Amino acid sequence: MKPSPSRLLATLGASLLACAAHAAEVQVAVAANFTAPIKEIAAGFEKDSGHKVVAAFGPTGGLYTQVKNGAPFEVFLAADDTTPARLESEGEAVAGSRFTYAIGKLVLWSATAGRVDDKGEVLKRNAFRHLSIGNPKTTPYGLAATQVLDRLGLADAVKPKLVEGTNITQAYQFVASGNAELGFVALSQVYRDGRISGGSAWIVPAGLYEPIRQDAVLLARGKGNPAAVALVEYLKGPKAAAVIKAYGYGL
Amino acid sequence: MPSRDSRPVQSASAAPAGIRARFGVGYPGFALDVDLQLPARGVTALLGHSGSGKTTCLRCIAGLERSAQGRIEVNGELWQDSAAGVFVPTHKRALGYVFQEASLFPHLSVRRNLEYGMRRAGAGRVSLTQAADLLGIGHLLERMPDKLSGGERQRVGVVRALLTSPRLLLMDEPLAALDLRLKQEILPYLERLHDELDIPVIYVSHSPEEVARLADHVVLLDQGTVAAQGPLADTLARLDLPAVFSDDAGAVVESVVAAHDERYHLTRLDFTGGSVLVARRPEPIGHRLRFRVNARDVSLATERLEGSTILNLLPVTVIGVGAADTPAHVLVRVDMQGTPLLARITRRSCEQLGIAAGRPMWAQIKSVALLG
Amino acid sequence: MSLSATDLSAIWLTLQLASLTTVLLLLIGTPVAWWLARTRSRMKGLIGAVVALPLVLPPTVIGFYLLVTMGPHGPVGQLTMAMGLGTLPFTFAGLVVGSVIYSLPFVVQPLQNAFEAIGDRPLEVAATLRAGPWDRFFTVALPLARPGFVTASILGFAHTVGEFGVVLMLGGNIPGRTRTVSVQIFDPVEAMEYAEAHWLAGGMLLFSFVVLLALYSSRRMRPGLG
Repeated sequence: MKPSPSRLLATLGASLLACAAHAAEVQVAVAANFTAPIKEIAAGFEKDSGHKVVAAFGPTGGLYTQVKNGAPFEVFLAADDTTPARLESEGEAVAGSRFTYAIGKLVLWSATAGRVDDKGEVLKRNAFRHLSIGNPKTTPYGLAATQVLDRLGLADAVKPKLVEGTNITQAYQFVASGNAELGFVALSQVYRDGRISGGSAWIVPAGLYEPIRQDAVLLARGKGNPAAVALVEYLKGPKAAAVIKAYGYGL
Repeated sequence: MPSRDSRPVQSASAAPAGIRARFGVGYPGFALDVDLQLPARGVTALLGHSGSGKTTCLRCIAGLERSAQGRIEVNGELWQDSAAGVFVPTHKRALGYVFQEASLFPHLSVRRNLEYGMRRAGAGRVSLTQAADLLGIGHLLERMPDKLSGGERQRVGVVRALLTSPRLLLMDEPLAALDLRLKQEILPYLERLHDELDIPVIYVSHSPEEVARLADHVVLLDQGTVAAQGPLADTLARLDLPAVFSDDAGAVVESVVAAHDERYHLTRLDFTGGSVLVARRPEPIGHRLRFRVNARDVSLATERLEGSTILNLLPVTVIGVGAADTPAHVLVRVDMQGTPLLARITRRSCEQLGIAAGRPMWAQIKSVALLG
Repeated sequence: MSLSATDLSAIWLTLQLASLTTVLLLLIGTPVAWWLARTRSRMKGLIGAVVALPLVLPPTVIGFYLLVTMGPHGPVGQLTMAMGLGTLPFTFAGLVVGSVIYSLPFVVQPLQNAFEAIGDRPLEVAATLRAGPWDRFFTVALPLARPGFVTASILGFAHTVGEFGVVLMLGGNIPGRTRTVSVQIFDPVEAMEYAEAHWLAGGMLLFSFVVLLALYSSRRMRPGLG
């Protein structure tokens, strides 16, 4: 039988479509602080689903601006809950697709072992020169830190000792380099395999600050992409949850 | 290594007057190795073509070439002795230096330029106004250098150097950057300087004209070595100079204005061993005048030629014959009873007339160049 | 007027920082530039490259390394602590050190160019006029390099006012001590509260424009060295 050109084309097209359905690609925008966990989660997801994850990392505000200006992202994992809500209200995201994928935990940390006790008494003793926090205006962890200090009634006492990092990474670097003895940082920054990886820390009780919700949302571009939908579902599942907890986030 | 900060050392022995400089310096593609013995007074010209090492020589004497090795002594003061680790830095050498371009400080007025060295050298023998008037720049004192002509700038440079009361004045082609008109403007000032200064001057030039006019003593430099040195008239009239100088060969004669002939509008100049007639000069009788006779302008005859239009015929004795710039010519050095003269003639004439040392002849001088 | 008390304190702090930094930069930069302009040493390339590094390194990188070196575990930190000075990050002194390093090429390079443009001749002339090395430097090299000093001062000052990467990294954003104008602007911009930033940002834009205008017009009017 002689293959006619039209039949050849039809076969080719069908196989391409089948391929696309089986192994689609999803473009994800991820808040920088979630870089390590998403890589691990994506590896599991790609193995289970056959889809491919292409992730871009950056500060939440920066990623937001990129989405607003036509960046080809289909799923957005933010470091806060306001940005996804804003995108949804602005029609950039699929309505009702928003969910909290992780809850950030605040920790009072020192690079020196034994300096921070497990009740945070070190704060009240005031025996330190610098307390590093994220900028409360621009970082959720910084805002949470000021809430903790307020609730403990220490806001005025430590105010002259506060040094602000412009983001939570910088707040961590201040402490890690020893320039600030103490700092409120993200637990995920100092937590590996279910425990504090170095120095000493007090995991701040959740009641002392408003929850730091990190919300994800399916963006308008990802609406028809089965890989995007599948990733969102995977993030809600138990395999992702295990990874997220291991990195020091709550759920 | 030379020590960094030696001071001028007075020689322990009876200070020999004059300048004794023996030094060498080497750069890729160029080496200078000279031994100079210059008189304690008067102008010594360093004559040579470009690249012969004239400027480097001057810079070594001034201490501006730190890599130069050797021994330099000026009128009994030791400025450099590499073997003994003595190196007096430039600013502690009592010298004046006039650069090729006047190199005035552009941020200072003429007066401040002049005062710059004067203040640092301490009170001198000459006052600023005296020196400025000597070189005709008294009216320029308040101007900025960029408002001066090239000639004015160069004169300011000379005065600035003089006001440091130097024990040695170094001049690096001070006229080279100027056009002919400006040269003519400055030369008289330099001659005046020559007459009034009682310190040695080393004057770099590539112009035999300039040298003949200003110098008493001459050092001929060729490819970084001294080809000849000695009193001006003797040295320029030598037969054994390298070929590079033969084009400029000629004699310089010191003369005195002896008489004026109003009828023919001529002036007679007398010198040791003879006299010449030249077109009427403005100078009074008794005035000293230097003139230069180019070897090309002298021809020789075995007997006194009558019926020639050439005015100046002088009896001479042949001293020797040497090579000229072309194989077709020879240079003949003759003596006019004490004054040397050079003649450039063809080799053919020389052989046909049997010109040889000791032979009496007549020199015909076609023209003389009066200097000043 | 929409400038708050913290705005004013940031402006005052910035002016202090920029002035002090400029003075220190001229003191440090002049000998460095002089050496770079006159030396024939093989080290010239190396030192020149080190001085130029801040031109290419992102300020946060410089800031990070300064934070580590000047921190309690870093070599500089150990030294300052041994001298009883404590550590420099989060202090005004620390900002000055950071700014001096960050703005160094903006001062050294114009000075170096100016010194190189003078050449050997004027200094040789001065030597033949009995001026010793220091004398030559102060009475000839400095006056002739004056346009270079004007450029270097303006660039050093303006660059210190405008930089915030190093200040953010080293300063810790402490009001009145390390919160400069550019950081004060950065916060609301980052929080997307642009209205708040407009007054300061506008003022800074105006300042920068005036400085650069002054610089470029003075350059055009400068008479050539004759």
